[in-house]
Amino acid sequence: MPSSETLVLIPAFNEEPRLPEVLQQVRQVAPRLDVLVVNDGSTDATSAVARAAGARVCAHPFNLGYGVALQTGYKYALRAGYRFVVQLDADGQHDPAYVAALLQAVEGADVVLGSRFREPGSYRPPLLRRAGMILFARVASMLMGQRITDPTSGFRVLSRRALQFCASDSFPVDYPDADMLVAFHRAGLRVAEVPVRMHASAESGSMHGGLRPLYYVFKMGISIPLTMLRREHAALEP
Amino acid sequence: MPLQQKLFAIAAALVVLGFIVEMVRRRRLREEYAALWILTGGVMLLLALWYDLLVGITRVIGAVLPTTTLFLFGLLFLVVISVHFTIVISRLSNQVRSLAQELAILRLQGPGGPNTAAIRAAPSAGADGA
Repeated sequence: MPSSETLVLIPAFNEEPRLPEVLQQVRQVAPRLDVLVVNDGSTDATSAVARAAGARVCAHPFNLGYGVALQTGYKYALRAGYRFVVQLDADGQHDPAYVAALLQAVEGADVVLGSRFREPGSYRPPLLRRAGMILFARVASMLMGQRITDPTSGFRVLSRRALQFCASDSFPVDYPDADMLVAFHRAGLRVAEVPVRMHASAESGSMHGGLRPLYYVFKMGISIPLTMLRREHAALEP
Repeated sequence: MPLQQKLFAIAAALVVLGFIVEMVRRRRLREEYAALWILTGGVMLLLALWYDLLVGITRVIGAVLPTTTLFLFGLLFLVVISVHFTIVISRLSNQVRSLAQELAILRLQGPGGPNTAAIRAAPSAGADGA
């Protein structure tokens, strides 16, 4: 049984060096929340350090990707009966001090995004990547009829309704992005944004390197129109 | 069509058909996928035996040579079967993903785990075929 109504969800892939500090910070700011680390097929001691820090650990048998790791956490949270999930990255780029602010905003929303662009003290990504983010933030804002500044933020809170939507097997799992927000909106989920501070992530992830920016623009260009064509029918509780 | 060509075409069709039937018999190929290949072998045999049908189709689609008809439909068939395989692979990878997630949740470690009491069975895990 859950000992809190909120689960802190941290997907981790080979984060043995940085995970302990993140878990310790989470413990400091939210000592009463359960913490689940989803180990996405790491080849290092990610599971061991997470357990040592008192977290629950779900381990994928092989690497399945960031989005799938998140979804595993959503499925667990739903079945274990949590009402909310706070998700943050294991590499330390999301400051756990903002968890409380995110949780406060979820009272009036189903999905709360932590936006680095609403927080002046936040790290700014490189120009090219930022241009892509701003472009698709504009597109998402237009389609959703509300101002979205940071659609790629992986620092977010999901309500149970949002979890149900994201846990369905037909949900396309990938990095969180503008197309997903548009899908949320079309499924009738309320999206809100609050300012958070983000740090530069150590560029170990595959998320920023090489052809990623190109893939990103390509994927959004195709994915958003497809999302608009699709009829969202999630089994949502009222 | 010269007899030599006809014999070769019939032989080729029979080899394809025989191979498929044998694979299904040995359970190396599932019946649901065999249907398409048996149909293919059947059409090959039919066209080899009944050359006028090929000539007729050629006239209907406005092609000049029967060879054009053969290549055109051969290519179309390959495209269709590639798409079919892509669909099957997508379904399989979805199923693998769901299974891996189930496994991860079931063997949860940490405080209170293996936490099977708190975990209800997924209502539709893996049964999602669409």
